Amino acid sequence: MLYREAGQFKTSYAADQAIFPILQDRWGMVVILAVAFVLVPALASEYWLRSILTPFLVFSLAAVGLNILTGYAGQLSLGTAGFMAVGAFATYNLHVRLPEIPFLVDFMLAGLIAAGVGFLFGLPSLRIKGFYLAVATLAAQFFLEWLFTRVGWFTNYSSSGVITALPMVLFGFEFASAQSRYLLTLSIVVVMALAAKNMVRSEIGRAWMAVRDMDIAAEVIGIRLLQTKLLAFAVSSFYCGVAGALWAYVYLGTVEPQAFDIFRSFEILFMIIIGGLGSILGSFLGAAFIVLLPIVLNNISAIFAGETLSASALSHLELMIFGSLIIFFLIVEPLGLARLWQIAKEKFRLWPFPY
Amino acid sequence: MFDWLFFTEVLIAGLLSGAMYSLVALGFVLIFKASGVFNFAQGAMVLFAALTFVRLVEMGLPMWLAGAATMLVMVVLAMIVERLVLRKLVNQAPIILFMATIGLNFFIEGMAQGVWDSNVHALDLGVPDLPVEIFGMLISQFDLFAAAVVAVLVIVLAVFFQTTRIGRALRAVADDHQAALSVGIPLQTIWVVVWTVAGVVALVAGLIWGSKLGVQFSISLVALKALPVLILGGFTSVPGAIIGGLIIGAGEKLGEVFIGPFVGGAIESWIPYMLAMVFLLFRPQGLFGEKIIERV
Repeated sequence: MLYREAGQFKTSYAADQAIFPILQDRWGMVVILAVAFVLVPALASEYWLRSILTPFLVFSLAAVGLNILTGYAGQLSLGTAGFMAVGAFATYNLHVRLPEIPFLVDFMLAGLIAAGVGFLFGLPSLRIKGFYLAVATLAAQFFLEWLFTRVGWFTNYSSSGVITALPMVLFGFEFASAQSRYLLTLSIVVVMALAAKNMVRSEIGRAWMAVRDMDIAAEVIGIRLLQTKLLAFAVSSFYCGVAGALWAYVYLGTVEPQAFDIFRSFEILFMIIIGGLGSILGSFLGAAFIVLLPIVLNNISAIFAGETLSASALSHLELMIFGSLIIFFLIVEPLGLARLWQIAKEKFRLWPFPY
Repeated sequence: MFDWLFFTEVLIAGLLSGAMYSLVALGFVLIFKASGVFNFAQGAMVLFAALTFVRLVEMGLPMWLAGAATMLVMVVLAMIVERLVLRKLVNQAPIILFMATIGLNFFIEGMAQGVWDSNVHALDLGVPDLPVEIFGMLISQFDLFAAAVVAVLVIVLAVFFQTTRIGRALRAVADDHQAALSVGIPLQTIWVVVWTVAGVVALVAGLIWGSKLGVQFSISLVALKALPVLILGGFTSVPGAIIGGLIIGAGEKLGEVFIGPFVGGAIESWIPYMLAMVFLLFRPQGLFGEKIIERV
């Protein structure tokens, strides 16, 4: 950045351990939050709030969850959407069966239930590693998808399998407008993302990174592998579960297993790889990239070839561009957008000198 | 009284469909063995090869010519992939390469349907999908044919790998990239060859699956069915892919028929994965995978 940390001395342990140690970073964060909380809902159109910003935030939350597991703890998982589905269906069932609980508490409880499920499916991770583990987590994905499609209890025996999400009411206020839903999502995401940022630099986070870098070495220096890995699975699933509940309740308005299929898992994996593995900021950047890319492609292709190409040819072309962009990004910067941002920051810091 | 005849019939049907899973898994194994790349685009390659073939046949080409032309296309595809993707990503972490193949998967899917089309095409290889009666059991003639094709393919591949010069080079690369390079084996050429062979396997798989389900987008999803086969058998073992396929196929069918009715059916979607996962708990590297030796 154009500012430097020169002259900012840390005189207490609290200052040394601050989450944003540099004054300008703190102010930057305040500005970003102010824009997100005040300016955006005031200025953005309903379409932007409802169809772009809200899904972006929900995806970011899920990406943070997966990044904790894959980016920090190094356990490749393809079951993200399955854990999201647990969150969504747990919220629905809590809502229907225990209506006296406020829905925000439902979200948190749903997260805890998802964490429990994640814990169970994390058990094989002690024995299975790498791609073997990735395929084993697919078991979670397919099993959970099947469970919510086939076992009637979870859908309250609805005939179609697609349930309308119940209205979210808190202290007599119903979250129905695009603004209120955006703000609700934003609040939850901000709190949880800051918590994640804090967690990954604590003892837990350092243990995760040690396990990621080399699990045997981590074990040798006294990190308990089983606890650490299972904790990563549980925390990650908690985040994914809350994200799934938000996805169903705030964005879709319906609870259905089809919203959480295997391609959703891949989508979120893309986000963290393109954004940057092992970076909370990267989760947001990656989510923005994946949410915006199809929209941008859509608009560009509408301008250039709106009349000449059929809709299906266009969608195939978009698929091709999407695929090649992913490959392109991996070739240019395998460490993701977060790394690009870091490089840019470093350059600015030294500016106007090259090094 | 337990109906043993019915049990055997289901078992054999499962084994035969398992052979078809192995066919797809084989493509994964070949590429993983030679380059350590977990090629997620195998499913899309199956789709692409089958679509190319069926469209060429529909244009009036005789089958053998269409087959040859499709193989040529797969060679070109392999060369492009090597030149534009693999060569640029040498020395990257396996997960990066894995993601690149998912990108490739999207690209090939889009290309296959963009260049040809996304309709369902019927494909008739001349073998009817009719049951024949053997020892009082009804067994699909087509599945038998498919199993025979798999057997022939595996034998051809085994001969190719064991006896030819390129096959030996392939095994050397699979064993140790750097050692292979230092004795003068051209890594790039080897990769092209491996992707070509995987492309040919994809073509065969595409033809078999295509004539069973119709050539359409959903045949690229059989790749997902091949994944549990893969981890069960081990990523690096050709016999593992075959045996794994048989176990998964049989387990899936038996589970569906004998357990499915009690829990609401359609458990075929996750039984293979659960089977593979439980199995991995006891043998983390799969049935025939190389033993993972870890040191700090």
